[in-house]
Amino acid sequence: MSFRISKLAIAAFAAITAVGAQAQTKQLTLCWAAWDPANALVELSKDFTAKTGIQMKYEFVPWPNFAQRMLNELNSRGKLCDLLIGDSQWIGSAATEGHYVKLNEFFDKNGIKMADFMPATVEGYSTWPKGSPNYWALPAMGDAVAFTYRKDWFAKPELQAEFKAKHSRDLAPPKTWDEFKQVAQFFQNRTVDGKKVYGAALYTERGSEGITMGVANTLYAYGFEYANPKKAYDMQGYVNSPGAVKGLQVYKDLYDCCTPPGHSNAYMTEDLDAYKSGQVAMQMNFIAFFPGISKDPQVGGEKTGFFAIPKGDKQYAQLGGQGISVVKYSDKKDMALEYLKWFAQPTVQKKWWDGGGFTCHTAILNAPGFDQSTPYAQVFLDSMKIVKDFWAEPSYAQLLLAMQKRVHDYVVAGKGEPKAALDGLVKDWTEVFTEDGKLGK
Amino acid sequence: MAAVPVVPGVREAGGAILSRAARSGGQGLSDRALAWCFVGPTLVLLLAFNIFPLLWTVFLSFTNYRANRPNAELAWLGISNYRRVLGDEAMWEHMRATAHFLCWSIALQLLLGFALALMLNRRFRTHSFWSTAILLPMMLAPAVVGTFWKYFFEPQYGIFNRFVELFGGPGNLTMLGDTTLSPWAIVLVDTWMWTPYVMLLLLAGLRSIPAYLYEAAEIDRASEWTKFWRITLPMVMPFIILALLFRTIENFKMFDLVDQLTNGGPGSVTELASIALKREAFEKWRTGYASAFAIILFVAIYGLSLITVRFLDRVKQR
Amino acid sequence: MRAAVHSPLEPTARAKWFAGVVVIGYALITLIPLVWIFMTGFRTPSDAIAYPPKLIAQPSLVGYVNLFTTRSRVGAEELAALPPPATWYEGVVREQQMILAGPSRFADRYANSLAIGFGSTLLSVVLGTLAAYAFSRFRVPGKDDLLFFILSTRMMPPVAVAIPIYLMYRHLGLNDTHLGLILLYTVVNLSLAVWLLKGFMDEIPREYEEAAMVDGYTRWQAFVKVVLPQASTGIATTAIFCLIFAWNEYAFALLLTSGTAQTSPPFIPTIIGEGGLDWPAMAAGTTLFLLPVLFFTVLLRKHLLRGITFGAIRK
Repeated sequence: MSFRISKLAIAAFAAITAVGAQAQTKQLTLCWAAWDPANALVELSKDFTAKTGIQMKYEFVPWPNFAQRMLNELNSRGKLCDLLIGDSQWIGSAATEGHYVKLNEFFDKNGIKMADFMPATVEGYSTWPKGSPNYWALPAMGDAVAFTYRKDWFAKPELQAEFKAKHSRDLAPPKTWDEFKQVAQFFQNRTVDGKKVYGAALYTERGSEGITMGVANTLYAYGFEYANPKKAYDMQGYVNSPGAVKGLQVYKDLYDCCTPPGHSNAYMTEDLDAYKSGQVAMQMNFIAFFPGISKDPQVGGEKTGFFAIPKGDKQYAQLGGQGISVVKYSDKKDMALEYLKWFAQPTVQKKWWDGGGFTCHTAILNAPGFDQSTPYAQVFLDSMKIVKDFWAEPSYAQLLLAMQKRVHDYVVAGKGEPKAALDGLVKDWTEVFTEDGKLGK
Repeated sequence: MAAVPVVPGVREAGGAILSRAARSGGQGLSDRALAWCFVGPTLVLLLAFNIFPLLWTVFLSFTNYRANRPNAELAWLGISNYRRVLGDEAMWEHMRATAHFLCWSIALQLLLGFALALMLNRRFRTHSFWSTAILLPMMLAPAVVGTFWKYFFEPQYGIFNRFVELFGGPGNLTMLGDTTLSPWAIVLVDTWMWTPYVMLLLLAGLRSIPAYLYEAAEIDRASEWTKFWRITLPMVMPFIILALLFRTIENFKMFDLVDQLTNGGPGSVTELASIALKREAFEKWRTGYASAFAIILFVAIYGLSLITVRFLDRVKQR
Repeated sequence: MRAAVHSPLEPTARAKWFAGVVVIGYALITLIPLVWIFMTGFRTPSDAIAYPPKLIAQPSLVGYVNLFTTRSRVGAEELAALPPPATWYEGVVREQQMILAGPSRFADRYANSLAIGFGSTLLSVVLGTLAAYAFSRFRVPGKDDLLFFILSTRMMPPVAVAIPIYLMYRHLGLNDTHLGLILLYTVVNLSLAVWLLKGFMDEIPREYEEAAMVDGYTRWQAFVKVVLPQASTGIATTAIFCLIFAWNEYAFALLLTSGTAQTSPPFIPTIIGEGGLDWPAMAAGTTLFLLPVLFFTVLLRKHLLRGITFGAIRK
């Protein structure tokens, strides 16, 4: 009797969910990370709804869980998302496994030209294989890692005098990593406005991708390359070159000398917390957050300035940003493509920028006066010129996790030597590529 | 199935038949059939959701299956996954982290729980209110506990350091950032959360000790220490072992709390076996490899439980 | 009471006082974090990360409002140009220089927790009651082994169980569905339900059913009309323990659900405010999430021990 009841309940449940599914008509679900730009997109998309009558539903997942959740969803062929603003690194896997709809035909039919978008963003967010004219996403959000700093502290006359006396140059946003270290050490454990403060908040997160996104900036600066540019997957001597070792060492030194105590598992939100609570003079974070910081009641407005990643021997910034793609498993691909068509229009892209999104459309970026339009426009333009991205291979998750472990073990847990860490990384990555068939046994 | 209709009219239908039916347990269905009907659905569900997946996991552990590449060719790898898991030195680090966590959290919980139980057993006024109040930490979702303790341990705006300072300790601990301190951080939080559990169990044990034993000891003029050592402790021992058993099983499986609190960091010093397993299975998507890991863990837990239960039986017989 | 002689069973007043101090001291110290979480729910985000931490802060409902809403930030001029706020919570949102954009996912997740919690509890209690009765009254072949097997299903780490279940659900289309999670929780709770209920059933004397059956009831009728009412406390107790497990469960919910069927535990630690974690909203969510469990714990305190030891110990 009771089993029959429960069977009935199960059947009823199934029926209800099925009916519920049928009942959805003109509605699209867009999946992205839960952060400021997502809220801006919600506002912007009201225009789309007004023009087409298609309702927008959103699924925003916080960054630390975003990759796992969305990749899980794609792997289960879930129908949750019609549109997905996925990370640039997922392109390889999504293209190979057929999660995304290939957009070349759609672009051609609707006159959307990739030439209208910043080349670095097209290569980073849309193409797979990298650099080939196979498009799997429309560049949606340009982003890179950069720094914010406490302009009001830098402007204090007594600090300026002391700094100048010590280092015979002005206290100003650093242009090289050596300068950065000097400034950070200057502020470390100093009392400003009655509270003890620290040099900088850096990325050190262990779990998803935090510390890699941070260390890449110093690694790139001293010569780290992912592989031999002439021979794919040939990593020995490029990943663990003497320059790369130096870059890793520089990041560890900065972590040891100039970060707040306990800043051992920090990514975007922790860095923001540290900066907004007045603990640090400088903050490493994605440019996507700069509009919100600018408007913050505690540290916004005139109190905050911005600068791009400092230079080592070279100058590169770790690429962030995403492209918007149509999920192959969606039942509403046509409506989703309509959204893309609407989003690609220059007028919409301008509104996107005005609302706090970071457009990749050259028409807006190259327009005169753009660099002055907001306090962070200049750092955005500067940074996008020097971006470099992590692997976007289908096996990128394993590559990323291997790097997370090796780097965190060395930088935060202090295990071993930088050269050993990078040698170990070459070994890990070789294993991944071998398993993947990219490297012969 | 168990479709015996509860129709009142049947009762009148045949008095004589019924007395015989009563002995065989009902209209048409013997006791035995009814037993299987009752137990059946449970067993079926358990078979479908426990045995079948377990077998599937065993199968997967011999292959190179990856859940994110379902269309790739499946290769039979024999026991190579097991060999790789056991040969991976990172694996042993994880087992060491798990062992450290297990040993210290359980030891502390047993000590504290026993002390609290002894105190509560003295039944001071308002003791029942306080015994319920102490239970609160254990009622929270472990994941949420992990998140908030991350907040408390933060050296700048968290209250833990201020609290330690209040009691005369150093005020600059980085509980989660330091490789030597973070294993103790997870022990501390787990102890905070589960000591009430042990306390409850041991209190029941204390209360089950018959009074006449103490009266006899008093007549013999035994000291407090002797009473404790020769009456209290042995009588409570089965309960201690039960607490040990349950806490060991739970903490071996522990995932939620540590995932939120340290996510395995710094480095991998708090990467417990279950967190490492999650990484392999759901982040790296090495499903075959992770399955081998899972089987090894299961065997370990099962083995430990069996040993503990045997020990428990022996102690009960004493 | 034997006047001046210290009975070994009755501790001295001094011993009691000492015990009281120890226990109350421990209780107060361990409850501080909980009290702090409660208080944080009533602070502003910047007070929550005040450095150094503030003991007393301006109380505010920002946390609770933020918990239930999504908002977007607007500039000062835009804010001034808007019509006055329609409701009290909109006013709170405006104070933060933001406008109300819609409801948040929290209520949704809470509802999911309720639906999945109660759904799985119902199933596991129903099935568990039947199985427990059978184990208690009938001679089931291999009973002890079956019972240990049922217990051992609780020994696998959830992450390990999740791997094949994930694949299975993918085939069956049960990923991220209420049904999927309900079935899984039911199965996990079955072991607890069977063990607990068997213990309760064992305590109900057989004479009652046997008398009923002599009176002409079938076994089934005896079960329903005689045993079940007597077992009702046991069933209620078991139901609550199953509910608490399903309510607080994290690993399966994290790995097997995303948008539609996600429950509160994976959701609460991710409540983002403006770029950073919204601690007051998280604290508010935690407090609200704790309330049902708190209520049931107090209700059930006499049976707690039994529940947490799978019925092995009955006070």
